[in-house]
Amino acid sequence: MKLLSYFRGEAFQRGVHPPSCKLTAGNAIRRLPFPPRVTVPLSQHIGKPPRAVVQVGQEVVRGQPIARTQDWLSVPHHAPVTGVVEAIELRPSARGPWTQSIVIRAHSGASQEDLWGQPRDMAAASGDDILQAVWDAGMVGLGGAAFPTHAKLSVPKQAKVHTLVVNGCECEPYLTCDHRVMVEESDYLVRGIRYAMRVTGAVRTIIGIEDNKPDARTALEAAISRAGPIPEGDIHAELVPTKYPQGSEKMLIMALFGAEVPSGALPLSMGMVVNNVGTLAALGRLLPAGQGLTERVVTVTGPGVARPGDYRVALGTPLKFVLDYAGAPAVDSMTARQVILGGPMMGQAIASLDVPITKGVSGVLVFRHEDMAEREGRHTYPCIKCGECVESCPMGLNPSTLGMLAAKREYDLMGSDFHLGDCFECGCCTYVCPSNIPLVQQFRVAKQILREKAA
Amino acid sequence: MSASIEIRSAPHVASPRTVEKIMRHVVWSLLPICAFFVAQYGISALASIAVITGACLLTERVFVRTGTQAGSLNDYSAVITGLLLALTLPPGFPLWMGAVAGFVAIALGKALFGGIGFNVFNPALVGRAFVQAAFPTAIATYTPSFVAGRFSEFIPSSLAWPFMLPPDTATWLQSKHLDALAGATPLAKWKFDGVMAGAGELLTSLSGNMAVGPSPLLILLCGIYLAARRYMDWRIPAAILGSAGLTAWILFGLDPVRYPNPFFMLFSGGLILGAVYMATDMATSPVTPKGMWVYGALIGLLTVVIRYYSGLPEGVMYAILIANAASPLIERITQPTPFGKSAMAGMGRRRKGATYPLNPGYISREDASAVTPKKRFLPNKPHKAADKPVKKP
Repeated sequence: MKLLSYFRGEAFQRGVHPPSCKLTAGNAIRRLPFPPRVTVPLSQHIGKPPRAVVQVGQEVVRGQPIARTQDWLSVPHHAPVTGVVEAIELRPSARGPWTQSIVIRAHSGASQEDLWGQPRDMAAASGDDILQAVWDAGMVGLGGAAFPTHAKLSVPKQAKVHTLVVNGCECEPYLTCDHRVMVEESDYLVRGIRYAMRVTGAVRTIIGIEDNKPDARTALEAAISRAGPIPEGDIHAELVPTKYPQGSEKMLIMALFGAEVPSGALPLSMGMVVNNVGTLAALGRLLPAGQGLTERVVTVTGPGVARPGDYRVALGTPLKFVLDYAGAPAVDSMTARQVILGGPMMGQAIASLDVPITKGVSGVLVFRHEDMAEREGRHTYPCIKCGECVESCPMGLNPSTLGMLAAKREYDLMGSDFHLGDCFECGCCTYVCPSNIPLVQQFRVAKQILREKAA
Repeated sequence: MSASIEIRSAPHVASPRTVEKIMRHVVWSLLPICAFFVAQYGISALASIAVITGACLLTERVFVRTGTQAGSLNDYSAVITGLLLALTLPPGFPLWMGAVAGFVAIALGKALFGGIGFNVFNPALVGRAFVQAAFPTAIATYTPSFVAGRFSEFIPSSLAWPFMLPPDTATWLQSKHLDALAGATPLAKWKFDGVMAGAGELLTSLSGNMAVGPSPLLILLCGIYLAARRYMDWRIPAAILGSAGLTAWILFGLDPVRYPNPFFMLFSGGLILGAVYMATDMATSPVTPKGMWVYGALIGLLTVVIRYYSGLPEGVMYAILIANAASPLIERITQPTPFGKSAMAGMGRRRKGATYPLNPGYISREDASAVTPKKRFLPNKPHKAADKPVKKP
């Protein structure tokens, strides 16, 4: 009810409340068995893909670097399993095109322990040391965008960071991997936060958690008190109202501090760095051990999954293997309609189950025919100008007018007069549209065309 | 491989709200109002509603079939147009004229522009404006409500032959032993005779034999239902009633003898029906929240001005039509300010209820005498001084 929120003063203006469907919030993280073969795509993030440093036929152990890079916006990869490099060739990727990938056949008898990496003395490590260690660990943002973490944590000379914001919102329906990580790995998370504070020079950390996960906050507060007073500064866990897209960093900053990050600027301009809980928990686990990122927690869920849950999955595990283990009869009987990597609001539908789990995959959703039936039967009307999209756009744009301009291919006008560049494609407008107009899809096309024009 | 999985672009879920659902709820909320209208005027009102809605649906059907307009009959929008049009016309309005009004409403008001979503003017009001110009006598001929025998006998003017003048209502009223003046609406009585109706009568439309539409109170209740379920935007009626009330109150304050009190202004005539159901027509009102306030304020002001200073007793219809025409312009000047583009962005214009100060003024690294080791990373050498807690001042 917009009228109520008007008086109550909400986290941030507008936004939507899709049904949360967090089926797996109460289940502990389980380990997925290692697949017989893993496929590690070299390009899993922005920036130049790293170069493979292993040969076909070479034996690798779990945690051994298999691809290295000198490019600042790129990260190395580590072998997710102990085994033999079977091929380095083009393989299908979630984005569509086949990409160069390293295929490793796992030794069936191997215990799959992390055998690489030497423990580090983190107490003595300076910010620069930690930054280097983050880079060496091959860390990217585990929230979904997969931006290299060391690049995000490094603060330019002229900027000063006072606050580290940790994003534990997980506003996407269905996904619970961050929630479980906060509950089960809170000590690692606190440790990771301390490293990040040391790198950035932040003196306080605020962990933003949506208020549908009070147990995560309890767990984190316990972990914070266990850690005792820490030299880096203060850590607070804070509940923010549940609303999509609370997990967008600008919305989270609005909810916590009541301030708008200027359009086109990063939170860095306000002295803040935002990181995902999963990323920092992984840092807290990997850096002291000197290991690389070889696995991540993935929520496997959706109406088409028999045993939904949060699984610890070795990177490069084929999706088919994950779904076989979690049980997706719909996939076996070919009645699955959609398989989505990520959440239902911003996730990516994939065309093939051969694609591997990569560093940026936070969830696997399976929808059956019957789950999509209502959606598919819908007629697309012309815009009736109900204004729902305007009232839901967290960025304060006018999707109604943008949509009409997109239909007329007035892309330049959309960019110049209607602030298309501010759209971060959260999909709220399309979610609420009663006319079933694919607004955000049109905006993606328009943004791509504008980018191509500018290039 | 599973040949059946499909690729689609996010978002993969959608809210259950559809155009049909919105329109259906508006129709449901109109039903009690129609029922009251029938209770007031009996069989004539029922026939009028049926014929006008039927004419709208038939016209819509023709245009959808011939492919000149988007949408379909299933979207219920033509039903809304028909019901609203019937509610704004006198109950004894000749049925054939009603059919003409329905046809014009859909054909000129909607289909001409391209159908649902494309219309510039509220179709029901286009239909009403047309018949107001074409049949000025018939549209001004209201009959008293709650006439005895209204469920067994038509108001004679209803059954006029097409293209024939309706029979005179005054003689029929005399046969019912009712004063001819009872057939004038409260607004007309005030405008031409200086007689003002009481507040309670106006609100409920129940007492006396007043010649009015359905009770404003009932319409407001139905409107509150719609607004609460968010099938209608509450800003527009609030702006209209606020601006009309304010304008009337100022004028009343200036000259209480010449101008009626603001309460009379709000609850007489079609202002409530117009504010709740006509002006809120989604396609013809601005999409921007600020624009809705401007649009509503414009309607309220114009209504009062037309009622006081023109030759017509009723002004809501033209006020809304004029504001409809202005709505694209209003929308253009009231575009929302994008997040992070307001003048105070980045400065910390603090939202009420924000939990933390923007800058941690209470602590800095130096104050906390935080230990930041400066030496380079040594991977193999274990260090004794493990994270020693340092007290903060």
